Amino acid sequence: MDLDFDVVDLDESNHPDAGSQAPDFVRPLVNDEYWEDVALSDLTADGPILLVFYTMDGDFPATYIWNELRDRAWDDDYDVTIVGLSISSPYEHKTFIDEREMSYRLFSDPQNAVAEEYGIINGLDGMAGISEPRPAVFLIDEERAIQYVWVAQEWPEFPDYDEIKDELADL
Amino acid sequence: MSESTPTTDPSITLYRLQACPFCERVVRKLHEYDLDYRSRFVEAMHSERDVVKRISGKRTVPAIVDENTGVTMSESANIVDYLDNTYGPGA
Repeated sequence: MDLDFDVVDLDESNHPDAGSQAPDFVRPLVNDEYWEDVALSDLTADGPILLVFYTMDGDFPATYIWNELRDRAWDDDYDVTIVGLSISSPYEHKTFIDEREMSYRLFSDPQNAVAEEYGIINGLDGMAGISEPRPAVFLIDEERAIQYVWVAQEWPEFPDYDEIKDELADL
Repeated sequence: MSESTPTTDPSITLYRLQACPFCERVVRKLHEYDLDYRSRFVEAMHSERDVVKRISGKRTVPAIVDENTGVTMSESANIVDYLDNTYGPGA
């Protein structure tokens, strides 16, 4: 973006790098019909996972990311399952999945403890008591090893989709 | 973080609504017999419950699927009787 003012720089993040083990967690995983507790390790046991941390369900940041992922439909071409995670409740996730007309499942983590474990917390200015993950993408293999990581350093910032596609092609 | 919630395929699946007393009645019974189960939460609008209709033929909750016995069942009173008869002291 070419703006005549500076975008917000986020603080240094302290996330696990490629090659390290992705922290496991259990959270409600929401699909278009219901939700149930699921462990990340249950998902990786079945194949590589693209774990997408995104802003709370609503307006343009979440919408842009998921429209792009839906339209690219990487899971049609590559051996990968795409799942999201935000602080929104399961009810909001269900509505969001319907509105975006997408088939991807979303983890619900209102207390933001998963983002804390991944070192990618974004405290929100002007929303007292609320923090959420900064946008981030982790490509995690069957051994739960991180193959690729992208973490936003500015606000707003969006993933480098072409770079992710190259990583998927190399799986 | 290593939470130890067992998500490795318990054989009983309970379809439930939040704060639905009929569902909680079944939950109490599952706890009473110390049964491992997974909860799948659906929404209150009946039109949103296609998954329940697919497994049980009806859109009502609670509904339970027990892979131990191959039983799928709705209606909390029926489910409670079933659990008593299958896992209770007289079973």
